[in-house]
Amino acid sequence: MQVEITVNGQQRSDDVEPRLLLVHYLREVCGLRAANVGCDTTSCGACTVLMKGPGEVGGGTSVKSCTVLTVQAAGQQVTTAEGLAANGELHPVQAAFRQEHGLQCGFCTPGMVMAAVGLLAENPHPTEAEVREGLEGNFCRCTGYHNIVRAVLAAADGAAASGTAGGERAEVSA
Amino acid sequence: MIPAPFDYVAAESVPHAVDLLGSLDDDAKLLAGGHSLLPMMKLRLAAPSVLIDIGRLTELIGIRAEGDELVIGAATPHATLATSDLARADAPLLAHSAALVGDPQIRHRGTIGGSLAHADPAADLPMALLALGGSVDVLGQGGTRNVAAEDFFTGFFETSLEPGELITAVRVPRRPGAAWGYQKFVRRANDWAIVGAAAIDGRIALANMGPTPLRARAAEQALADGASAAEAAELAAEGTEPGEDVHADRDYRRHLARVLTRRALEYRT
Repeated sequence: MQVEITVNGQQRSDDVEPRLLLVHYLREVCGLRAANVGCDTTSCGACTVLMKGPGEVGGGTSVKSCTVLTVQAAGQQVTTAEGLAANGELHPVQAAFRQEHGLQCGFCTPGMVMAAVGLLAENPHPTEAEVREGLEGNFCRCTGYHNIVRAVLAAADGAAASGTAGGERAEVSA
Repeated sequence: MIPAPFDYVAAESVPHAVDLLGSLDDDAKLLAGGHSLLPMMKLRLAAPSVLIDIGRLTELIGIRAEGDELVIGAATPHATLATSDLARADAPLLAHSAALVGDPQIRHRGTIGGSLAHADPAADLPMALLALGGSVDVLGQGGTRNVAAEDFFTGFFETSLEPGELITAVRVPRRPGAAWGYQKFVRRANDWAIVGAAAIDGRIALANMGPTPLRARAAEQALADGASAAEAAELAAEGTEPGEDVHADRDYRRHLARVLTRRALEYRT
């Protein structure tokens, strides 16, 4: 069936099977490969994207796109990690992940970043405990949680935007 | 994993959804957030021929006070319930239970009506509804009926919903200021309860101690007869026949039911 979906700000109209999962739509129809299929069972969060309905304010809420049908996203705005950077500038959460070296193998990173963007939209100044709880739906099997949490806290207090010494440290350790 | 093929229709209103349920094949399924149904379809444990999407019907979403009851639209996501000031003030046990479902992304999509209709005995919201003495409004072609929580859960993943019926709303008594306790024992952060216990107003409900959420009636009776929380909790597992799995055998589940009931009766969360 025909669906109209706005993906990363771009309006699209596509003919999809009702059973096409949103993550497969994003990866195979739209060619956006940031959202990964990890567990495929609503557990790991590697497929996390933001979804926003017509009446909603803000950037949308985080969802696991392996457990959303493309047809359920009809009329909605979907944002993937590819849609975060604007005018060549990293989104503050992306910049913070780079600065704090919030990744190891990188497989969980797009989902982790999108979950963090969603978390900070709901709670702009979380405590460390709130960050950890807010990311409980995202697994890093490298177990690199420490720097991920640090990155989200850095993004929350704006440290990442200023290009501080932390950025240099991150590049060295990378 | 990809679900078996199905037809999809987005309902335009609640009456439209009921009409569709009445006119389509018997195996048509309602889809709201899809966070119980889609995982089952991906595993091919469910293969409905048609999905009727009610997830975007705004008339099914929202929380309001109505007399001495709190009324929650069936398609209200867990996240909305968990963060609602009204729910947190008037039915904090229910809001708390919604906050413990899955993880944030799951709570953004999963709905209270979906969770209740799915009727997993290990789930949070069925236990909370039973502890609170709530009910569900059910709409079918014959009209609306209200079903008490006690009568709603009839078996393992089974409810008293008839084919052609949908849940429109969930009702719980408004109990601002009432002491309550909620205990959920899990091994992983976002898991279902190995055993759960919820207590308020001398009522105790247990999760995963049988095929449906259960009242711990012997413990409730002891409380009513003046027993202490610790004494009453010793009776929490009486009459239960919990299942066994990799997490816990029957005796361990009974032990958990006693310990968690005591903590719930001490109003711990």
